[in-house]
Amino acid sequence: MTLALFLQHLANALALGSLYALIAIGYTMVYGILRLINFAHGDLFMLGAYLAFYGVALFVMPWWATFAIAILVTALLGVGLERVAYRPLRDSPKISVMISAIGASFLIENVAIVLFGGRPKGVTVPDVFNVKLSSHGVSVMSVSVVIPVFTFAILAVLLWIVGKTRTGMAMRAVSTDLDAARLQAIDVNRIISFTFGSGSLLASFGGILWSYKYPQLNPLMGVMPGLKCFIAAVIGGIGNIQGAVLGGFLLGGIELLTIAFLPTLTGYRDAFAFVLLIVVLLVKPAGLLGSRQAEKV
Amino acid sequence: MRLARNHLYSLAATAAFLALLVAGDLWFDSFSLRVWNLCAIYVVLALSLNLVNGFTGLFSLGHAGFMAVGAYTCALLTMTPEQKEMNFFLAPIVPWLAHVHLPFLPALLAAGIVAAALGFLIGAPALRLKDDYLAIATLGFAEIIRVVLTNTQSLTNGALGLKGLPMFSTTWVVWPCAALSVAFMVLLTRSSYGRAMKAVRDDEIAAGAMGIDVFRVKVVSFAASSFMAGVGGALLGHLLTTIDPKMFTFMLTFNILLVVVLGGIGSITGSVISAVAVTVGMEALRFLDGPLDFGIFALEARPGLRMVVFSLVLMGVVLFRQRGLMGNREFSWSMLSRAGLLPRTAEGRDGHA
Repeated sequence: MTLALFLQHLANALALGSLYALIAIGYTMVYGILRLINFAHGDLFMLGAYLAFYGVALFVMPWWATFAIAILVTALLGVGLERVAYRPLRDSPKISVMISAIGASFLIENVAIVLFGGRPKGVTVPDVFNVKLSSHGVSVMSVSVVIPVFTFAILAVLLWIVGKTRTGMAMRAVSTDLDAARLQAIDVNRIISFTFGSGSLLASFGGILWSYKYPQLNPLMGVMPGLKCFIAAVIGGIGNIQGAVLGGFLLGGIELLTIAFLPTLTGYRDAFAFVLLIVVLLVKPAGLLGSRQAEKV
Repeated sequence: MRLARNHLYSLAATAAFLALLVAGDLWFDSFSLRVWNLCAIYVVLALSLNLVNGFTGLFSLGHAGFMAVGAYTCALLTMTPEQKEMNFFLAPIVPWLAHVHLPFLPALLAAGIVAAALGFLIGAPALRLKDDYLAIATLGFAEIIRVVLTNTQSLTNGALGLKGLPMFSTTWVVWPCAALSVAFMVLLTRSSYGRAMKAVRDDEIAAGAMGIDVFRVKVVSFAASSFMAGVGGALLGHLLTTIDPKMFTFMLTFNILLVVVLGGIGSITGSVISAVAVTVGMEALRFLDGPLDFGIFALEARPGLRMVVFSLVLMGVVLFRQRGLMGNREFSWSMLSRAGLLPRTAEGRDGHA
């Protein structure tokens, strides 16, 4: 394998990894606050991509306008989802909340099948994302460069919000102890809505960029990325934003490099994430950057 | 005296049920009979999932994987060498399987055993995890099983699946299997093992402190549940007479989960009633996927509407009636008499949950 080819694979892995990272951040934020796997996260990812698609196709808007509207609408949907499906169950057994999340995920998928039709749709990628860049024998589409840049910019903004602002401090308080946070006069519901909103915004952001990189839409497109990104979040240590980014890159890297170096295993690509998950959970149950929580008796 | 009357009721109910089976077998058309037999298979599958989720409190989402393993094991054992040769045209079947040909019942048993062995293998590491981690790990294992089945061309025929399986899942196979599952579950939940499972579900740490080997109870429950899932999967394969890896996605686990949640997590009676209701309902609501005519306006066919309805039902139950149909109660004759539907009998004598 030549150096150029290796760099080529590395560039692809970087793009895929940062997409995974974007979605994994949303999972990790929601889980950090509510200790809940938001199974519908992958479906918000799909909705974002469809909204952007219809924005361009039906309303003839420039790509950046439809992009902005799509992520805002998805963020609102995410907030609404939490109101309807999760908030009424906040004091219920975990299994009920998880079933509600699975139900919500299936509801969104099936509504999408009814509304958008089951057949895959082709996406027209905006020209900015479709420029071929090449140097030293490595050539990538501009979208593969834009995605990591976006991911790191978003990561920086998020770390600033969580680490430096009052809202971020409240988020950390809620995630440490919800009841104690309420006693400190923190509006817990507002913080949870904010978290869901920003998590869904990131999911939809990832969904739209995904549809620019792999220009095809179908109502179940969020399922596999959704699962893999939850796994990425767990691998990195769930509840930890840097961990989610690390997990996303690790997953994308391992997936693409294995396919590149061991092409016979391509058929198994969707199983890599799960194998990695099980190994990590067994060796380091709290994830790579996570800290072990003591069990409360 | 009063107890004897309850026994009489039970005898009458059994006779009525047998009569129903005979009548169904004689007079149902082939479609209704298929749905009716599918009900029995869903009873087996729902009980299997309820055993881990409801009685042991382990949230497993991997049942489609065990069903797939059971279905493939049974199919490969019962197909004749000629059928195998016809199915495997892309890559020949592995030699050691090419000439194996077993009758249905031993193959069914083998399906359960292979699934249980796999359940044991997977359970041993995965059951160290809790709650959502366990859920996602079992989901992952099911997905891995599916990926492996798709890629081992010479063992499972890959994505093409197996076609033309013999149709063994007749009324007199599936309903006895359902009855056996119910009997097994009743006996198990009333045994000391069953009580240990419920103790682990209610409070793992307290159960451990009482001297229950928590891990062992979990593994046994998981393996027993995998056995039932394997048998259920095998029955399903031989009812549909064709299987392929796409059949055993998370969607299938979701359907079974819907049955269990609707019936009541931790209720055998609930699982049985809701298995029949959901299976019949899924078929009855098929019209939703076709064109709809409301008189005033008409809708063109929108495939998927049926599943929208089912997702809404699941959400509705979880949000507004979390305990499902039965909660964790069980049917008993004294329950009916308390409700005034039967003459009064001694309460509580045979009515423990």
